[in-house]
Parts: sequence; structure tokens; C-alpha cells
Amino acid sequence: MRRLLLLLSTALVISCSSQPESGDKKDSGSAQKKGGAEVSDKIEASGKAAEKPVDGGALINPTLADASGLIYNITSDSASHEVSNYIYNGLVEYDKNLEVKPDLAESWDVSEDQKSITFHLRKDVTWHDGEPFNADDVEFTYKFMIDNNTPTSYDADYRLVKQFEKLDNYTVRVSYDKPYAPALISWGMAVLPEHLLKGEDPAKSPLMREPVGTGPYVFEEWKTGESITLVANDEYFEGRPHIDRLIFRVIPDIATTFMELLNGAIDIMGLTPLQWTKQTDNAKFKEQYNKYTYLASSYTYIGYNLNNPMFKDKRVRQALTHATPKQKIVDGILFGLGRPATGPYKPGTIWHNPDVKTYPYDVEQAKALLAEAGWSDSDGDGIIDKDGKPFKFQLMTNQGNSVRIKIAETIQQHWKELGIDVEIRVLEWATFINEYIDNQKFDAVVMGWNIIHDPDIYDVWHSKNCAPKKLNFVCFQNEEADELIEQGRHELNPEKRKEYYHRFQEILAEEQPYTFLYIPDALVALSKRFKNVEPAPAGIAYNVEEWYIPAAEQKYHFTK
Amino acid sequence: MFAYILRRLAGMIPLLIGITFISFIVIHLAPGDPVQFISSMNPKFSETAYEKFERMYDLDKPVHIRYANWLKKFATLDFGNSFSPDAKPVLEKISERLPVTIWLNVAGLVLVFFIALPLGALSAYYKDTLFDRGVTVFVFVGFAVPTFWLALLCMYYFGVQKGWIPISGLRSYNYDQLSTIGQIKDILWHATLPVVLSVFGGLAGLSRFARNSMLDVLKEEYITAARARGLSERKVVFRHALKNALLPVVTILGLSIPGLIGGSVIFESIFSIPGMGQLFYQSVLSRDYPVVMGVLVIGAVLTLLGNLIADIAYAGVDPRIRYGKKKSS
Repeated sequence: MRRLLLLLSTALVISCSSQPESGDKKDSGSAQKKGGAEVSDKIEASGKAAEKPVDGGALINPTLADASGLIYNITSDSASHEVSNYIYNGLVEYDKNLEVKPDLAESWDVSEDQKSITFHLRKDVTWHDGEPFNADDVEFTYKFMIDNNTPTSYDADYRLVKQFEKLDNYTVRVSYDKPYAPALISWGMAVLPEHLLKGEDPAKSPLMREPVGTGPYVFEEWKTGESITLVANDEYFEGRPHIDRLIFRVIPDIATTFMELLNGAIDIMGLTPLQWTKQTDNAKFKEQYNKYTYLASSYTYIGYNLNNPMFKDKRVRQALTHATPKQKIVDGILFGLGRPATGPYKPGTIWHNPDVKTYPYDVEQAKALLAEAGWSDSDGDGIIDKDGKPFKFQLMTNQGNSVRIKIAETIQQHWKELGIDVEIRVLEWATFINEYIDNQKFDAVVMGWNIIHDPDIYDVWHSKNCAPKKLNFVCFQNEEADELIEQGRHELNPEKRKEYYHRFQEILAEEQPYTFLYIPDALVALSKRFKNVEPAPAGIAYNVEEWYIPAAEQKYHFTK
Repeated sequence: MFAYILRRLAGMIPLLIGITFISFIVIHLAPGDPVQFISSMNPKFSETAYEKFERMYDLDKPVHIRYANWLKKFATLDFGNSFSPDAKPVLEKISERLPVTIWLNVAGLVLVFFIALPLGALSAYYKDTLFDRGVTVFVFVGFAVPTFWLALLCMYYFGVQKGWIPISGLRSYNYDQLSTIGQIKDILWHATLPVVLSVFGGLAGLSRFARNSMLDVLKEEYITAARARGLSERKVVFRHALKNALLPVVTILGLSIPGLIGGSVIFESIFSIPGMGQLFYQSVLSRDYPVVMGVLVIGAVLTLLGNLIADIAYAGVDPRIRYGKKKSS
């Protein structure tokens, strides 16, 4: 479940937050777990060892904020999810190659009409308090999610369920009105203990502070604002994890987190490109830490307001993409730690179409396209114009993300060569989103999205979502694209789905509603004490339960 | 005096209501609300969830109704429940965090007093000498250099490079397994850097105040008289002048109380100290209105009480001031 749950939690949120794309723990953490099916040639370093794993020791993991509660299903902050990921299981989860695999469900069958899924549950699972897990818990979780009194924001997928049937103690069936492709993975949501939560107000339940799950780690202690400690579950159905304790330390400041890493007080951290290239490139650091890099599950883009007459003509948008030095941005701002993007999917996954139309950096071509669209410097003031209106607009981004501000500055310089006058405006996050994005009051923006593993992109690209407070805020409207998105959404066969999304990317590449800039690398430093670390498309943290620390290198010893 | 205190306390009520009203309006004027905070740019956030949360947080009601509801609860000292998923009572959240903040700030304040006062007095005594100038430069460096920057430098040098002191946090991982003495030592050790830095940053104000106060006193006639009687300069300054020069300093103590919370925001974030400052910062970011209001009200109460204590203390140390009585002359 750990590999899956972050999909629901961080979804597309974090990428738009004020953090650098590959800079902080939150981003890299989610990337480690969600990842896209990145080919492994980008992955460096390996802590794999040949000796026999031993139990003991602790992994100290920093989080930027304290958790707000430990019932996964009703929290939405990444700190809470990061901790509760290790406490609960879902029916399914992603494996290291980001394919759906059984978790609490032993197996599942999809009906011929693709409208029902029957889950066969494991019979050897017990809750941390010793009670057996069974279908009642799954049924309770489903009802919990759709209850109007449950303070959850993740009810959308469960409201699509037409019928939930408990066939026996270890079999449940869910049916939908029409096939819904993200349905299977939506059952990766944490399953909650019916015997402890039934009839309780979840927000006031003791489980918020002292959760009881079925996962590899058992809750031990929560020191408010300081740390949360989990201990290995001796009874875990997939075998006891080797590392005795996971300690999540609250360190709200990224600079302090980095110093604690240098000091050896924490064991893992997502680095910024600057920290990766300059501040950790020394013998002392390399002696203590392994560094892992793989393509993160996020991308940065320039989005154009397609309701703005200036950006209505696709030739203008194509020209702007031609005049955007993507590789220069990656090299100069990310120190080369990323790769230019052409669409919303991660290269290396089956959903990514590598053959779409590309726009190499070419100012002359850009100028020609603009001229074709009717833009020329008719009054000789250095700024191109059309129908008496100069090509002048605001490029907005959010405060606190130096990478995006640098991108905006780079673009401003390069588009000036085309005779375009770009004014940069940097706004506080909440103002930026609530006043400008939600109301579609912008010309162009530099922003980012996280790439979720399921390819459904209905929320961001379907024309129905071109409305205030919706996610298609650039207002991309294309009939064929809408149809493809809907077909993809209701098709469970990956090969067929792939065809729809590949064609969809061709349309995007032609239309250029976004100038897709780059996909950054996730940059993770992990103490060399940890063995059995096997980088995979899912990142490195997908198999924490299998990590171990050789007895001689165990730094922390606790008596229970 | 008793009547005076009662009058002052009664006068605080409308003032406090005014402060809470303005605070309430201002935090609601800030863009974004708690539901937008969790829903913005989140495709998994369903539309039904948006309405559900708005109802739960009372955000579907106009601001003045929400304020009236808040005030009604506040009148019974109920600060409501936090908007975070744990929905804890605000007072419980604050009481979890307040002791750490008070403990660290009081420790800092006491040290500032014990260092700044003699420093100020000595500066006055050695006025315009190399010592005076050196002290001036030293305390103003502490005042002028941004605390967070200095903190990071010290953390890097003393923590990372030298490995002498812990960088952040308040306790070691194995704190629970230490002896009581060990636990005390552990906390003191962790508190060293934040306390030393807050003392360094706070020296300038008080030492300059003490210095100027001392210089004023040294110009008084009774000092001249003491000198004329042939008393040694040391006796004149440290026996006669110092006692009087430091009396007004007592009032500063009262005025320092409200700064305890405000000043903690940056410190507690940088040093990962689980205090009120950190709670306040996180609550503002997530637009957790009840907690923000709770912290602001406590800050306002402390400010008002601080002023009152300062006034009372002033009367206590200066016999010329009497409250509640009309001047006889």
C-alpha cells in the first residue's frame, strides 16, 4: 500500500507547492514511492549486500511538519501519510516496477464486462492488536469513505461504486456503472479496523494518535512536534521487517535538515540539485552516504491561458515552445539533473509516447511561426504587435520556488529575442492559486504537476474541467482529446488504454497548450549503513522492510 | 492599588474584544481558507468533500456570524477545536506546546538580564573607553545580524564541523532510556545553542538601556555629593548609582513577556523545537483559524498583562509613583 497511497495524498498537489521540484524530502519521498516506470539506466549507486540480513537498528527519517493524525483516510498532509503508510495496508499496492500487485487481497478477478472486481482476501492477517482481519473491515472502510460525516477528501473514487457485496468472510465484490480504469488501484486505500472504529467519530478516535493497522510497522510513540516512532511488526504477514524502528523526526527547516544529514543525525534526505552537485561532492560525504538518482514523477511547464486572444493561435504557442531553451534550463538551473519533457507522462512508462512532435530550440523557426500568425513589429518599437496590440503579457509563478523564478527569468530573456515583452510576477502561493489560477485570471504561468502512475488525466485535460476552481485552468478544449480521455478512463486493458493516451499526447504536442519544460531527477542521499537497497522504477524506499543494518553498524540500541 | 488593578483588568475586556475582532477579520482576509488549503490543485479532492468541509468548518456562514460564534465560545474560555484532522481542542494543542516556549524564553530572558545589566553598568562606568566601544560593537552585532543566518552558521560550525553540540531538536533519540540527571543534561545540551543565540540577540536593547540609565543617574546631585564626600569611584558607581539605575529596568521585564511567542517562530523552526512558535507558523500556513486565534489571544492577553505588571512593578520600585491615589500637592 505504501507505494500506492501517496498517489492519493500528494496526487498533483505537491508539484504546485512552493518547493523546488526535486529539492525537498516531500517531493523526493513521494517520487521514491510513486515513481514512474523509469528505466534503470538513470539509477546510480546500490547498497545491495551479500551477507545475511540481521534485525535491529533504526532509520531516522526527517519530515518537514508534524503529522496531523494517523488515520490515513482522513488526513491529507504528506507528513501524516508518510508515517501511516507503514502502519496500514490496502487491498492492492504498486510493486517496484509500479505494477499493481496484491496486498491484503490475495488475488482479484475482473468481470468480463469490466464493471466488477472480486477481491479474495488473505486469511493470515491480523491487526496490530491481535484481532483477525476480514471482509468486514473492507466493507467498513468502504462505508466509512462514503459517509457524509467522515472528514475525508478522498471519497470520489468510492462514490462511483454502484454496489459493494460481501460474498463471504474473505471475499468482496465491487461493481461500477461502467468500467472505470482507476478503480483497481483505488482499493489501495488504507483498510481500517472495524472493531475499533465502528460507531466512533474518527477525528476523536484514539486511533488518530495511536493507530492500529495491519502494516509492517506498529505505532510506538508520538512526541508532538518532535518525532513519531514505529517499531517492527513481529507478526507481519510478509515477515518481520529487519529494521527495528522507524523514527520520523520533525525538522521544519530544509537547511537544518541538510545539516542534520551532514552530522549523521538523520539517515535519508531528498537533496536539491545544488546540494547534490556542490555541497555533497566531497570525500567525507561519500564515505557516509550513497546517492541515488532516478527520474522524479513530476514535471514543470509553462501554461498558457487559452481564453486569452494572444494565445488562441496554436502557431503562437508552437513558436513560444521553439524559443524555449529546455536543455539550457535543465543544464543551467538544475545542474543537468533532469531531462526535457514533451508531455505529461514519464519517459520509460508504457503511457509515454516517445514519438510525438518535438520543438527543438530554434528562434528563426519561432519568428517565422509568429509572422505566419500575423505578429510583426509594425511600429518599430522592438515589440511585435498584431491589430495594434503589442505582444506583452504577464508570466506568473509562486513565491518560495527559486527554480521557477529562474525559469521565468530565462524565458523572459529568450522571448525578448522574438520581440515579446514578458513581465514576471511572483505571488504568494494561496493568493496565486485562489485569486488568479482558480479564477483563470492570468496570461501564462510557470508551474508543475506530479505524475501519478495511473494515466487518467481527466481532471487536468478534459474540457469539462475548464471552469473556475477546476484543474484545466488553461482551458484546453479539444473534442478528440476529450473522447480519448473518456475512452482511456473506461478501459481496463492497458494495451488499449495505451493507444488512447499515445494519440492524446500527439494532440497535445501539436496544440502546445503547455510548453512542457522538464522532468527533474529525484536526488536521494541514504546512509551507507543500510543494506539491501535496490533501486527500481519505484525509487528506493519501496522495500524498506527488506533493508537491514549490519550489527556492527547499528548506531541506535533501544530496550523495549 | 487593588482598585487600580481591578479597574485596569476591567478595562482590558473591551480592549481584548477589539483585538480579537481585528485579528479574526485579518486572518479571514488572508487569501485561501482551510478547505482551499487541502483542496487546491488536488484532483482527488471531490466536489462533495469541498462542501462537506465548508460545512464542518462553518465556512458557509458569513464572517460576522462566525466571529459572534467564536466570541460566545471564548466567553466560556472555549477556544474551539483545531481544523486539522485530529480536531483537538485548541487549548490542549497550545498547552502541549507552551511549556517548551516559556521554558526556553525564560531561560534566555534571565541570562540576558544577568549579562546585559552588568555589561551596561560597566559600559557606563568605562564610558568612551575601548571596553565601552567593544561592548557596543559586540551587542549591536548580536542585534543587527539576522538570527536565522547566525543560527545556521553556528549550527554548521559548532554542530557539523566541530561536533560539539546537537544541531536541532530538544532531546536525543535515546532520551527515554537516560537517567533523570542524564535527561536534564540532554535537554540542557540541546538547548545550549538556541538559548545562547537568543541571549546574544537580546543583549543590545537591555545593555544599552542599563548603560543610559546609569549615565543619567551618574549626573544626579546625590552622586556628586557622594563623590564630594570622598567615596571611592567604585563605591559611588556600584553601591549608590547602580541600585537606582537598575530600578526602571524592572519594568522592561513586564514588557518582554509578549515577545516570548512572537520571537519564537523563527527560532523554533530553525532549531526544530516543538513550541508555540512552530505551532503558530504551521497553523497560519494551513489556515487553522481556531489555533491561530488561540495563539493570538494568548499573545494579546500576555501583552495586556505584561503592561499591567510593568506599571505595577514600576510603582513598586519607584516610591514617587502611587496608583489609585490622588496627588496630595
